[in-house]
Amino acid sequence: MIYFDNAATSWPKPPEVIAAMTDFMERAGANPGRSGHRMSLEAGRIVFNAREKVAELFKIKDSSRVIFTVNGTYGINLGIKGLLRERDHVVVTSMEHNSVMRPLRHLEATKRIRLTVVQCNRDGQLDLKDMKKALEKKAALVIATHASNVTGGIMPVKEIGRLVREHDAVFMVDACQSAGSLPIDVEEMGIDLLAFTGHKGMLGPQGVGGLYIREGIELEPLVQGGTGSNSEQEVQPDFLPDKYESGTLNTVAIAGLGAGVEYLLKAGIGKVREKEKALIRKLIQGMKRIEGIEVYGPEDAENRIAICSFNLKGKDAGHVGYLLDREFDIMCRVGLQCAPAAHRTIGTYPQGTIRFSLGYFNHEEEIGAALDALGKIREMV
Amino acid sequence: MMKGEARCIVTFFTVHQALRAEKVLMEAGFTISMIPVPREISSDCGVALAFACEDEAKVKTVLDSNTVKIECIHHMERKGK
Repeated sequence: MIYFDNAATSWPKPPEVIAAMTDFMERAGANPGRSGHRMSLEAGRIVFNAREKVAELFKIKDSSRVIFTVNGTYGINLGIKGLLRERDHVVVTSMEHNSVMRPLRHLEATKRIRLTVVQCNRDGQLDLKDMKKALEKKAALVIATHASNVTGGIMPVKEIGRLVREHDAVFMVDACQSAGSLPIDVEEMGIDLLAFTGHKGMLGPQGVGGLYIREGIELEPLVQGGTGSNSEQEVQPDFLPDKYESGTLNTVAIAGLGAGVEYLLKAGIGKVREKEKALIRKLIQGMKRIEGIEVYGPEDAENRIAICSFNLKGKDAGHVGYLLDREFDIMCRVGLQCAPAAHRTIGTYPQGTIRFSLGYFNHEEEIGAALDALGKIREMV
Repeated sequence: MMKGEARCIVTFFTVHQALRAEKVLMEAGFTISMIPVPREISSDCGVALAFACEDEAKVKTVLDSNTVKIECIHHMERKGK
């Protein structure tokens, strides 16, 4: 069995992640930050430690600026809807996921925000000159994906960050696909808002994501409610992380996420990146030797994470995905991967692509087996 | 724990800061304990840290240098028990 769908959710998870979740349930399964008893405190410490680990991973100095949410999409929505006001101008790239495009299209209709989509080339790569041009019109917010979930292409986040700073806008990065796979430094990259999901490269379970909010950026919370603090008052507390974390957290998932990030920090992001880069390079090189395969996105593995979208000439992507699963025991994702804008950019809308997304736990032999399978499918009538 | 010497209690607005304080003070080698906020103190967050008042200046320095945000430090009377 070969799992090539790590961009949808990573699998398997390190045993440490499962152990941390079991440990929380068995030993400390109380509500963090709600009571003074020792189980509640222990649950609070688990959340606190996970927050500190996430902060360390992204080089965030103050971990109270890391907000846990139910998933990456909620983090993105909090950044967008918490910040934007009527008629604000927003600039995005044409490679964004629907978790960015849908809230923006919604605000376009309801708050009359103005949206500029900077067109990327057929490989999904951004020309900074085009971004600069879009910023000539004063923008409140610029959003860029760190790495495309369709092509795997890496955006020049640091360079965009510098441009955004020069133009005095807020810079939000969607790191759902890159967090845990690429080094991220919010200071060096000039990131004001960093949205992440816990269950992909960060190796945690599903059900937790988050948003880093730079000090000085004021967001309206999307939800108000109990926080365990300021309980005598009926107004939402103004301090972080409580301001944005109403209601009981998904502590068991956060326990797993903390262990996942700890695993990455111990392994070293540099080592994770090298391994994933070697795997994707081998896959792309092998695909190029198979006649009739079109691979999308930047050619050099240096410019992409371990994602590869492709099509087999004359074959329906959905059918290829079916054959890979049923005949060859290879699991991947076909179609539009929730990113129609990206597919329009690379010219694969509406038919979509077959997407192989690799992870830290894949190995070279699986690449060979997948290439053999594609060769055989190509021969099938 | 603190054998009858004067006890100080530091309170916080949020559990996050209480746990940060616990971490940095333990790393700095202080003897501290996390306790529920005593009834005579009104505080926003349910937990507080107790330590010996003779350490107060040093504790303040450690909290400040780590930018831990505290509510305030209370001096507790030791009632005979």
